[in-house]
Amino acid sequence: MSIVMDPLLKLLEEHALRTPVDLAKMLNLPAEEVQRRIKQYEDDKVILGYKAVINDDKVDTDLVKAVIEVKIQPEREGGFDRIAKRIAKFDEVTSLFLMSGGYDLLIFVEGHSLRQVAQFVAEKLATLDGVTSTSTHFMLKTYKEQGVMMDGPDDYERLKISP
Amino acid sequence: MPSERQTKRDFVAEHVRSIPRSGIRDFFDIVQSMDNVVSLGIGEPGFVTPWHIREAAIFALERGKTGYTSNFGLLKLRRAICAYLKENYHVEYDPNAEVLVTVGVSEALDIALRAIVNPGDEVLYHEPCYVSYHPSVVLTHGIGKAIRTRPENKFALTAEDIAASTTPRTKAIVLNFPSNPTGATLTREDVEKIARVCVDNDLLVITDEIYSELTYSGQHTSIAALPGMKERTIFLHGFSKAFAMTGFRIGYACAPAALTEAMLRVHQYSMLCASIISQEAALEALQKGLDDMATMREQYRLRRNFIVKSFNEIGLPCHMPNGAFYAFPSVRETGLTSREFAVQLLEQQRVAVVPGDAFGPGGEGHVRASYSGPMSDMEKAAERIAQFVKGLK
Repeated sequence: MSIVMDPLLKLLEEHALRTPVDLAKMLNLPAEEVQRRIKQYEDDKVILGYKAVINDDKVDTDLVKAVIEVKIQPEREGGFDRIAKRIAKFDEVTSLFLMSGGYDLLIFVEGHSLRQVAQFVAEKLATLDGVTSTSTHFMLKTYKEQGVMMDGPDDYERLKISP
Repeated sequence: MPSERQTKRDFVAEHVRSIPRSGIRDFFDIVQSMDNVVSLGIGEPGFVTPWHIREAAIFALERGKTGYTSNFGLLKLRRAICAYLKENYHVEYDPNAEVLVTVGVSEALDIALRAIVNPGDEVLYHEPCYVSYHPSVVLTHGIGKAIRTRPENKFALTAEDIAASTTPRTKAIVLNFPSNPTGATLTREDVEKIARVCVDNDLLVITDEIYSELTYSGQHTSIAALPGMKERTIFLHGFSKAFAMTGFRIGYACAPAALTEAMLRVHQYSMLCASIISQEAALEALQKGLDDMATMREQYRLRRNFIVKSFNEIGLPCHMPNGAFYAFPSVRETGLTSREFAVQLLEQQRVAVVPGDAFGPGGEGHVRASYSGPMSDMEKAAERIAQFVKGLK
């Protein structure tokens, strides 16, 4: 069975705090088996981590988020890998992806101020050997994050009782 | 002056007045007035219609499909229905004369009964059951006779019970498997025995198979596919539950030509035809929607597993239903009636379930909990119901 198809992963992806006991009920498996599988997935790095999805609008923080498109000169041996891994190591970088299309790397960064993010780009990112151009876009508002809508449910309300 | 003009007559027809107000409707009014309710009272899928099906409806509008269709429904849809039934239900109907596209299975049931019931004819049905079966029979001036199904055999219907309820006036029997509200299904053997008793008593079968794709283990057997049965069966099915198309109001009735012709006579004057937009969407569902349907079924299965096991852990005995998306736990152990349980649960923990007696006297002592909604609702409900039951002890 392909790992992608295991309903256990989908259930944890939706809500990581589901207990092995509850998951066992849903999947009709013994709780020990569920625990064993979760541990296996963690060891195999199929599950890389568990994170709470925070609604920044509701938290008193001056966190600034930006998305940066980066063009790279690929290296003869290793292509984009070396430089991508180097950029990924920066604390300011929360996510990093190799992309097809008009640029090479897509970077999500976080800083405590606009100035801090700008400084990161100017002093740490653009100066890297191999980085040929950057284009920084600041995030203004989050509507949906990791599958979770920031606002409450839609206006459409299903009938609460129907035969 | 006005008092001279007041009517001395009751304008409402007697047989309509005799139909009791739905046990669900007044409960509905209470639920609507409350906030933050986790509702397990929803008799429809907890999914929006898959996008490509909605898109087919939108595209049909864009192309200007806004006129009447044939009374029978679009021929291309009828052909697709026949192919689908042949492949999955092993029964063959002629798309030209044996299929009628209707405004939901609700209309199909109504025209089937209106086409076949003479005043005074008896129509059997098994209860607890969907709320409209008995009233639909009353509206035809027939006599509805209920056959009680029981938790002891997971609410299955037996041939013996049918035989015991049959009289010389019995014309037809309405079957609904998988069943709302019990989630009961029948094995092939069960269906064969029922078919035999129907043949022996020369009964017409109206089979409402709207939940048939939502069968969790084993194969669904349609009575229409059994030898000798097609000629005496009106097969009802639709798209509401399997493809999450409840609001589209689209279904169909299949029967031998003479019976279809009879239903057409009612349908052509009452509805004329089902919505062309819904018909186009239904075609898309049959042609490309099967994967989505299977995905939804697997989601229901997980939700079912969780909520049914939770009920049993909480102390409300609940059999594992093999079809549809309803659990039917017993609440007798709490000493409360179905209605008391449902109202108190709602007031104290803001969880809505439907009192079992809304589905017939056989439902008293049970409540219907729908598990069609998101897993997170099941988790919340289980926790709150556990609290509620603990508080009763």
